[in-house]
Amino acid sequence: MSVLELGTAARAQARARPHTRNRWRPGASWRRWISPLVLVVAWQVASAAGLLPARLLAAPSAIAETAVDLVRTGVLPTAVAVSLQRVLLGFAAGAIAGVGLALVAGLSRPGENAVDPIMQMLRALPFFGLIPLFILWFGIGEAPKVLLIALAVSFPLYLNTFAGIRGVDGRLAEVAKTLKLTRAQLIGHIVLPGALPQTLVGLRQSLGVAWLALIVAEQVNASAGLGYMINDAREFLRTDVIVVGLLVYSALGLLTDGIVRLLERRALSWRREFLAG
Amino acid sequence: MAARVPGGLTGELAGELADELNGGPSSEPSRGLSSEPGDRPSDRLSHRPAAAVRQLTRRFGDRTVLDRLDLEIAGGEFVALLGRSGSGKSTLLRALAGLDQEIDGSLTVAGSVAVAFQEPRLVPWKRVRANVALGLGGPDPLDRADTALAEVGLAERSGAWPLTLSGGEAQRASLARALVREPSLLLLDEPFSALDALTRITMHGLVLELWAAHRPAVLLVTHDVDEALLLADRVLVLDAGRVAHETVITTPRPRHRDHPDLIALRATLLAALGVSPEGTT
Repeated sequence: MSVLELGTAARAQARARPHTRNRWRPGASWRRWISPLVLVVAWQVASAAGLLPARLLAAPSAIAETAVDLVRTGVLPTAVAVSLQRVLLGFAAGAIAGVGLALVAGLSRPGENAVDPIMQMLRALPFFGLIPLFILWFGIGEAPKVLLIALAVSFPLYLNTFAGIRGVDGRLAEVAKTLKLTRAQLIGHIVLPGALPQTLVGLRQSLGVAWLALIVAEQVNASAGLGYMINDAREFLRTDVIVVGLLVYSALGLLTDGIVRLLERRALSWRREFLAG
Repeated sequence: MAARVPGGLTGELAGELADELNGGPSSEPSRGLSSEPGDRPSDRLSHRPAAAVRQLTRRFGDRTVLDRLDLEIAGGEFVALLGRSGSGKSTLLRALAGLDQEIDGSLTVAGSVAVAFQEPRLVPWKRVRANVALGLGGPDPLDRADTALAEVGLAERSGAWPLTLSGGEAQRASLARALVREPSLLLLDEPFSALDALTRITMHGLVLELWAAHRPAVLLVTHDVDEALLLADRVLVLDAGRVAHETVITTPRPRHRDHPDLIALRATLLAALGVSPEGTT
């Protein structure tokens, strides 16, 4: 028994360590804000001194003002709503396709033989290069934009989910056999949860690609959305509006990344304690 | 001989592993384990064998790992299987566990089989309780899992994640997972070899307790002569795929390793394993 107690004590010690590390972190993170702040101040000074003309890059203060205006007039919220809808639709379609195909390929050999070669070939296609074809096939409305996003999203999810399924520990499959699990139980209890960490990696990659695909898609004949707002601003040399648009893109990207992180922490809590220890 | 299976996942995942181990794809059993309802032996050893192996042969390519092996394990009997690495111990255990389908000969197991592996092989994303209850039929699987965990002295870790367990705790959980199924044959594949010496002593006591309480037939694969002497009713030494030596131990339990009977038996077993007690080959 004393051996077990010793083990527990060692683990408690190991768990205590990260906390002490956290204690000096806030100070360090405060120091990390200095250089970006200096950069913004320098930018503001350069703009005020006329070194940086507004038609090349607007001053930070002007950008902030414009942002407030765009929100107040409803231009920005409307644009964000339109862009967000494209991403959500495209992401949903791409995720269903990517994960669905990974399940087909991952769970059976015939499925793998049918699906994987095609996916590996399509993966090599530069999908932004498909835009001309997409315009010919689907016109210049919402369809080509959503489909481009869906296509971009499906590959990281497919590849990671497939690899995750195939990477499941064969020894656990043996355990499942000795425990007389049915095939459905094997998939539900062992294979899918085992593939989940890798799938979440794919999810983060695919969300990153989704925003990228949105930006590219919105450069093509958009009549609404963030990309339209930015293109419109370019016509009038409004660099302040362009920068606001770019900042919103990155904020949205960070937001979705944060959501996935949260999801990871929830779904992979069995790993978190281990890593913390 | 064995017929190929159409690719199912079980076959595949297990098959991939089998590929690694055997260098060939796995296939369906030429003859499966014939399961009969196992009535529990009321006396110490029942006359009906818990497992009977006849002329069991297993080849990996040109190499014959098990060579027309015969083995019978009585109900409730504790058998230890010794042998050098490569002698076929684990191959025999895997065959009895139903994990190896490319075997020739006959293999009959009465009732259910449970396995505890060398690495505890807990499913990391299921809490300890859910690991024990995994695939468990019947009413209240989680309650029964808790009872089993209490029995191995792990009640307070029932809600823990497996990765937070110590080696000894994980091995206890693995034992609980095997025993909660009330197997008539319990296969132990070097379950204590990765534990430290002190934990191993505790685990030996625990296994004897559990065996006394549940009376499954046990086949313990080990390379530790002392472990075999302390625990088993009968010790087999496997060599070149056959039972090369067999010793029945009648010394009452709990046994002490310095018991004169055991000292004599140790020398015999070490000789059978091709090692002299002084360690000079």
